[in-house]
Amino acid sequence: MLEISDLVTTYGPVKALDGVSISVPAGKITAVLGANGAGKTTLLRTVSGLVKSRSGKVTLGGQDITRTPVEGMVRLGMAHVPEGRGVIAELTVEENLRLGGLWRKDDDKAERMEEVYEQFPPLDKRRKLSAHTLSGGERQMLVVGRALLAKPKVLLLDEPSLGLAPLIVNQIFTLVRDLVDRTDLAVLLVEQNAKSALGIADTGVVLNLGRVVASEDAKTLLADEGLRHAYLGF
Amino acid sequence: MKQFLDLSLSGLTSGFIYAAFALCLVLIFRATRIVNFGQGAQAMFTTYIALDVVQRTGNYWLGLLAALVSGFVLGAVIERVIVRPVETGPEINAVIVTLGVFIGLIALAAVVFGNTFEPFRAPFGLEGFQVGDTSINLTPTNVFNIFAVVVAMAALLALFRFTSLGLQMRASAFGQEVARLLGVRVGQMLTLGWALAGLFGSLAGILIAGGNFISPNFMDSVVVFGFVAAVLGGLDSFVGAVVGGLVLGLSLAYVQGYVAPELVTLAALGILMVVLLLKPGGLFSSSVARKV
Repeated sequence: MLEISDLVTTYGPVKALDGVSISVPAGKITAVLGANGAGKTTLLRTVSGLVKSRSGKVTLGGQDITRTPVEGMVRLGMAHVPEGRGVIAELTVEENLRLGGLWRKDDDKAERMEEVYEQFPPLDKRRKLSAHTLSGGERQMLVVGRALLAKPKVLLLDEPSLGLAPLIVNQIFTLVRDLVDRTDLAVLLVEQNAKSALGIADTGVVLNLGRVVASEDAKTLLADEGLRHAYLGF
Repeated sequence: MKQFLDLSLSGLTSGFIYAAFALCLVLIFRATRIVNFGQGAQAMFTTYIALDVVQRTGNYWLGLLAALVSGFVLGAVIERVIVRPVETGPEINAVIVTLGVFIGLIALAAVVFGNTFEPFRAPFGLEGFQVGDTSINLTPTNVFNIFAVVVAMAALLALFRFTSLGLQMRASAFGQEVARLLGVRVGQMLTLGWALAGLFGSLAGILIAGGNFISPNFMDSVVVFGFVAAVLGGLDSFVGAVVGGLVLGLSLAYVQGYVAPELVTLAALGILMVVLLLKPGGLFSSSVARKV
């Protein structure tokens, strides 16, 4: 579904991504792991166009989207949940969700919104409240729900576990897994928390200093003690 | 008692105009963290355009329309052509550029329209209403001014509260990157914000002009008072701007009537200082401190 080939992104003289190629198939979760500064967030930001790549190519469903502006990505079926939750705290929960389905013309938006409320009951109770009243876990639910309202074909998730209690992380991961199994969504998940991420992912890709050092089946990766010790810290 | 009533009425009338002006500063500040010091000069310029239209056609309402349309267009053009190129730099660059707009437009107006005082027609009478056999300090033009500001505010509120466009504008103001990821054309929203601010400023300009004389500097004091009103309200809250404008209008009217007219400007700064000492964020700051 999403094909990243030979992507290079530089910040001044520093190569944050140094020829990264990853394939993200539909109906699968691809987890990108690695230490701080490995280039994980840069990868997602380059794919969604927030950062311009130096060279390389990104295609979505066969269409070249390397130079598509950020604003156009959601219309092509890409949803990017940025690091640090990305709720707009000054808006209400409902307004945040409405933004998710903004560009879509179909009439079932209201129903889809109700579905999100069903999936995340804590949001239902807080519809009219300003999003800054939400807890960290609720904010994560809100951004994931908002991304799903855009009916994406590809979902980019940046560190969804950051700062959340294990129970909440588990809940959100389970939901994503379930969604992928039901809808053929392609997920590119970036995680520091390698263990939980590999628990739900199909494929694991290890980044180190902007290069892919391993790309394996998630179970194989979990079993590879050497790699785990060297790059993933467990 | 009569004096108190009269002062309150005149304070309220000017308060609404300060509020309208504060609103346009807030509109831009909220979205871009830029205080647009050129706002007063823009309004002055469009009021001259309106004056020209009124003189040619003899119709006040065509002049009002011209002021609003030219204010909208001028705001958009300034954002696109002058502010946008410096927007990626530090915010202070853009603020300095708006000071340049302020000076440039005043100089241009002096060249194009002349550096003299020109009378501007009032839309309605300038005689105070009669209550019993005394005349109170409220004219039909005052009533029209308040009405116009209230209608414009209601329209703005409805735009932000109830429309998708308003939601996109708010999203762009508060979470630019997230808004872009969600497909909002943030650049267009910013231009629209400047255009609406220009429209509001022009409205304030032509309302102040009605029944008075205009000159290239006639908006200067309004800029100061509108800015104080906006800061009182927290610079990023619409409600704050309106309350700030009314509080300031009333306070200044009382100072003028009960203390001394020459202390009005000083009083404005005094109020500003006291509020900022007690509540540094202003009275109604709506922005949430972002956690990292």
